[in-house]
Amino acid sequence: MTTLVLDNLGVRLRGRVVFDAVSLRAQPGELIGLIGPNGAGKTSLMRAALGLIPCTGQSSLADLAPRARARAVAWMPQSREIAWPVPVERLVALGRLPHLPAGRSIPAADQAHIDRAISRLGLDRLRHRAASRLSGGEQARALIARALAQDTPILMADEPIAGLDPVHQISTMSLFRDLADDGHTVMVSIHDLGLAARHCTRIILLAEGGVMADGPPREVLSPARMARAFGISVWHEDTDHGPVFQPLDVVS
Amino acid sequence: MKLLMPVLALCVLVLFGVSLVLGPADVPVGDSLTALVSDDYGPLTLVMREIRLPRALLAIVIGGGLGMAGAAMQGYLRNPLAEPGLIGVSGSAALGAVLALHTGLAASSVFGLPAAALAGAVIGVGLVMLLAGPRGGSLTLILAGIAISAFAGALTSLVLNLSPNPFAANEIVFWMMGSLADRSMLHLWLALPFVAAGAALMALTARGLDALTLGEDAAETMGINLRELRLMLVIGTAAIVGGGTAVAGAIGFVGLVVPHILRPLVQGSPSRLLFASALGGAVMLQLADISVRLILPARDLKLGVITALIGAPLFLHLIYKTRKEQP
Repeated sequence: MTTLVLDNLGVRLRGRVVFDAVSLRAQPGELIGLIGPNGAGKTSLMRAALGLIPCTGQSSLADLAPRARARAVAWMPQSREIAWPVPVERLVALGRLPHLPAGRSIPAADQAHIDRAISRLGLDRLRHRAASRLSGGEQARALIARALAQDTPILMADEPIAGLDPVHQISTMSLFRDLADDGHTVMVSIHDLGLAARHCTRIILLAEGGVMADGPPREVLSPARMARAFGISVWHEDTDHGPVFQPLDVVS
Repeated sequence: MKLLMPVLALCVLVLFGVSLVLGPADVPVGDSLTALVSDDYGPLTLVMREIRLPRALLAIVIGGGLGMAGAAMQGYLRNPLAEPGLIGVSGSAALGAVLALHTGLAASSVFGLPAAALAGAVIGVGLVMLLAGPRGGSLTLILAGIAISAFAGALTSLVLNLSPNPFAANEIVFWMMGSLADRSMLHLWLALPFVAAGAALMALTARGLDALTLGEDAAETMGINLRELRLMLVIGTAAIVGGGTAVAGAIGFVGLVVPHILRPLVQGSPSRLLFASALGGAVMLQLADISVRLILPARDLKLGVITALIGAPLFLHLIYKTRKEQP
C-alpha cells in the first residue's frame, strides 16, 4: 500500500522560498490537520506532495505514474469548481474515473461506491439536482463525496470545511476521522483550530518557512506556539466534553 | 434523455434526404433518388452524384466536426462561450485561402485554395502551440489563440486592402462568408480525412473533459494528462476547422451554438455533449444549407450568413437566461 512520505520537500514560487526541508511520513489511521497562517504554504505543500507543482526533494505520491497516483490519493482542491450543471450523482461518479476502463456505463460495484459516498455526505435528497446550482456548502459536500467515491487509501483536502455550517463542519470532520479510523490516511488543511483540536489525530503546524511543530494536537496547539506562529493567545483545556480550544486575543 | 441521440441521428438522415431532393433542377423526389443509385450515367444521375450528394455529405461532415470541436473547446475551457475559432485556426485558414485567391493560386488548380487554407491552418496552430508553451494552462492557450486570430485577421484585411480590383476583393469577401454550393466529391475527399482524424482525436478527450468539470487540479489527480489532452484538443480542432474551412470557407456559430443548445439535454455532461454536438452540428449545418437554397435560390445566399443569423439571436437567449439566474 502506498503511504505518503515527504523527504526534504521544498517549494519556491516566483523565486520566493515558500517552505523548505519538509520531511514527514503519514501513517494509515491518521487524520492530519495541516495548520498555519495565510501564506505559510499549506496548499503548496499538498500540491507539491501530489506532484502538481515543481518542487525540490522527494514525495512518494509525486513519484507515481498518473493512473497509479489516482488510485492512491484523492485530492479536493480549495477552489470548488463545478463547471457544468451535472446532477450530483454524476458529479460523485466522476470519482470512479480512475477505476473504470473507457466506456459509458458504470459497473454495479462502482455504483455501490457512488451510492455509499452520496449517503455518507447526506446527499440522497440532492442526488438529481444540478450540482452547479447548489449552495456553496452543498457543493462542498458533493465534492467531498466525489473524493470519497475515488476510494483511495489517502485523501487530501484543502480547507474542506470552509464555508460549511456548524453541523456539516462537525459531521465532515467526524467523517474524516471515521475514514482515518478505518485505516485511511487523511490530510486536511484547516483554519478552525478548535475543530482541529477535537478531531485530528495529528497536527502539522506550517510556519516560518517550514514545519514548526508536528505531533498530537495537545502538544502542537500550545499557547507558546500559537503566539509565535499566529500571534494569538489561546485557551486550550481537556474538559469533560473532550479537548476545547478557543483562540482569544491578538498578541503583539 | 436516452432518446436524444436516436432523435438527432434521425434528424440527420431526414435532412440528408431533403437536401438530396432539393435543387434548381425541378425533379420529382422519386426520380432523383432513383437516379442517385442507378447506373445509367444520365444527366440526372450526374447532378445527384456530383452536385447534390457531395453538398449534402459535406454539410454533415463539416457541421458534425464543428459541433464536436465546439463542445470539446467549451468543455476544455469550461466556458460556454468558447468556440473552435478561438484558437486562431479559422482565422489563419482563411488567411491562407485569401492569399490563394489573391495570388491566383486558387484559379490555377482546384486544390490551390484548399491546400493554401490547410497550410494556413497548420502554420496558425503551430504558432499557437509555440506561443502557449508546452506546459501552460488554458489561459495561455486562449491568449495565444486571440493573438494569432487578430494577426491573421489583420493580414487578411491587408490582402483585401491591396487587392488589385473590386472584383478580386468581392471574390475574397464572398468566399469568407462560407458556402457549400458547387462543391464536388473531390472536396469531400479532401475534407473528410481531416475532419475524421480530428473527430477521432476529440473522441479520445471525452474522459478528460468529464474530469475537467472539477477543474484542472482535480482532473490531474484523477489521472488525466492535461498536456496530452490539450495537444489532442488543439490538433483535433485544427484538423476539423482547417479541413472544413479549406473546402467551405469560414462558417461560424455552429461550434458555439450547438453545444449550448444541447447542454441541458445531456445534463451538462461534457463527454455526452461531445457526441450529441457532432450530430447536432450536422443537423444545424444541413438546416442552414437547405435554408440557403429555399430562401433565395437565385441569389447565392451564403451559408455563414445564415448560421450567423441563427446564432446571434441565441446569444440574446443566453443573456436572458443569465440575467434570470442572477439575484
